[in-house]
Amino acid sequence: MLDINTVKPSRGYNFAFLDENTKREVRRKILKAVAIPGYQVPFASPELPIARGWGTGGLQVTMSIIGPDDVLKVIDQGCDGGVNAVNIRNLLVKTTGVRTTFDTRAASIIQTRHRIPEEKMRADQILVLQVPIPDPLRFVEPSMARTAEMHAEMDYSRMLVFLYEDIVKWGEITIGARYPSLVNDRYLIDPSPIPRWDVPKLNRAETLYLFGAGREKRIYAVPPHTPVQPLEFEDFKFRVEDFSGRSCIRCGAKDTYLNELFDAVSGAKVYVCSDSGYCDKRRAAGKRGPV
Amino acid sequence: MGYEAVAGGEEAIKNAADLLRYFRTRGGSPPLTVRQLMDQQRLAVDRVMGEGSLYAPVIAALALKEAEGDAVEAAFIVRAYRATQPRRYYSLPVDSTRMQIIRRISGTFQDIPGGQILGPARDYTQRLVDFSLLEENENTVRNFLAGLGVQTSGQEELPASFPKVVDRLRADGLLAEAGETDRRLFDITRKSITFPCPRSARLQSLARGETGAMMALAYSSIRGYGDIHPFLAELRVGYIPLYIRHHGRTGPVYMGKIPVTEAEIIAQYAEGEKGTRPKLTLGYGLCFGHNEVKAIAMGILDRAMRSRSSRKAPAEDEEFVLYHIDGIESSGFVAHWKLPHYVTFQSTLDRLRKSQLIQEEAGHAGHKYG
Repeated sequence: MLDINTVKPSRGYNFAFLDENTKREVRRKILKAVAIPGYQVPFASPELPIARGWGTGGLQVTMSIIGPDDVLKVIDQGCDGGVNAVNIRNLLVKTTGVRTTFDTRAASIIQTRHRIPEEKMRADQILVLQVPIPDPLRFVEPSMARTAEMHAEMDYSRMLVFLYEDIVKWGEITIGARYPSLVNDRYLIDPSPIPRWDVPKLNRAETLYLFGAGREKRIYAVPPHTPVQPLEFEDFKFRVEDFSGRSCIRCGAKDTYLNELFDAVSGAKVYVCSDSGYCDKRRAAGKRGPV
Repeated sequence: MGYEAVAGGEEAIKNAADLLRYFRTRGGSPPLTVRQLMDQQRLAVDRVMGEGSLYAPVIAALALKEAEGDAVEAAFIVRAYRATQPRRYYSLPVDSTRMQIIRRISGTFQDIPGGQILGPARDYTQRLVDFSLLEENENTVRNFLAGLGVQTSGQEELPASFPKVVDRLRADGLLAEAGETDRRLFDITRKSITFPCPRSARLQSLARGETGAMMALAYSSIRGYGDIHPFLAELRVGYIPLYIRHHGRTGPVYMGKIPVTEAEIIAQYAEGEKGTRPKLTLGYGLCFGHNEVKAIAMGILDRAMRSRSSRKAPAEDEEFVLYHIDGIESSGFVAHWKLPHYVTFQSTLDRLRKSQLIQEEAGHAGHKYG
């Protein structure tokens, strides 16, 4: 038993918090995930000092691949300033000392929740996505043992029936974010709760996308140049969110994912870029929204 | 937004931490010591060690202090600390007949070899608010202890070994063995479980499950969602010795003893193959410290999950049970809805408005959806 009198507050954590053996295991699982695009690789996923469901999967991936020379960007809902992004960035900076940035183009690793940045990412960058529910088949089958069989047999019929019934009931596929997409013509993935707006960015991209689900203990990947197709029917095509006729009140952008706000004074509905780094960059270049 | 928001976020986070400390200390009472918590909040410390999956009373008591008594939060702190510790050894299998017992009861036989020992139990106390505790001080405690004739530092003489109730059933050919052929130890902290999983993984998951969640699922099973009709063959609370094998030493090396609660549940009749002799089956529960409800719930669930029923009740479905009893995972995900979901909600609104539009247009055209 520990002696109360000899217990000292421990400050000595390894680089990037995780011990090297744990990091090696995660990297092995990442390699497997890259080798089998879209396949969910189970991993041990030890507890972190951040709560389960708050980004522990993404964190473990980032912690395992980050080195002292990396430049890190962390976003939540596209925003560098969200409290959870700040908290995660602080943990990573505290345990690695790496440089950070809000500029998508300047980062070597970007950890994100619910968004893919608006600016196109390059081959020398990695996007790490935090994942709450790794299995797209959870919509139709709660048991992971059963969905593992369905993935193995590439049996996605129930998912297609689900979409069909959606159309019958509502006249439209009602899945907003987390849109099920087929990777490399083989595995169906849950692309994490990114909006449909971001799904096309996964298709044949320059960048490596790594997905980490900490609570559910799964890692999967979309490697560069891999085809990613959102599920659709010939007569009911996949469609991204419709922002036609709207623009960002801060920077005037008409081609970005917008969040709806209510003006505190007038109560009027206004729109603002969800990607705060991109919006700030446009403002720095003198772009302004409609007055 | 942007830089301003970052500064705001940083400051808000720091202020929130300061406010937590303020709310814990603003009453001006003397700060709780870890020693006080270990002594006087014994069951809370035990529960946190069990759910935190680390036998470390000091750390658990400290976590309870830090978490202002929130057991789930304290267990989370302990679990996160545990994850940074290397696993150097696996202890040798524990022979719980060698438990130094402080309490031992059976619900199946009145006379058990070694006798029933009520021990420190709340079962037959009346749950009245004890107003005399308002006056409790060091003097009243000292007088009570002196009157009891118990020395606070002394160790009672305990018998070295008690025979197991279930061993008597075994000897009479009434008890079916678990029938698990996979003897390998599956370490759930090193590998994520997949289903069907070996019993060692099931028992490990249960041993660190959240007491309330396990209690609810076990309750559902005995109330009728499932067909388990359990009996408590034996409940033991006491200290068990732990041994490891160490390189360069011939025999097992004694590491110390820890308090545990052990429950052996027997349920009616194995659902055997046709023609086999009907037998009782055993469910096993074991957890750190003194936590009887958890040990009993664990025994019930261990047995319930072995059900071969074709229509499984929730408590009989190992995937359902094991994925949902972990307090650290379930509390984290339930609480994560506090995080912003602006982007996803925007996406949902987009779909909803589109669906409304379609319904309106269909209505005008005389069609109907839904």
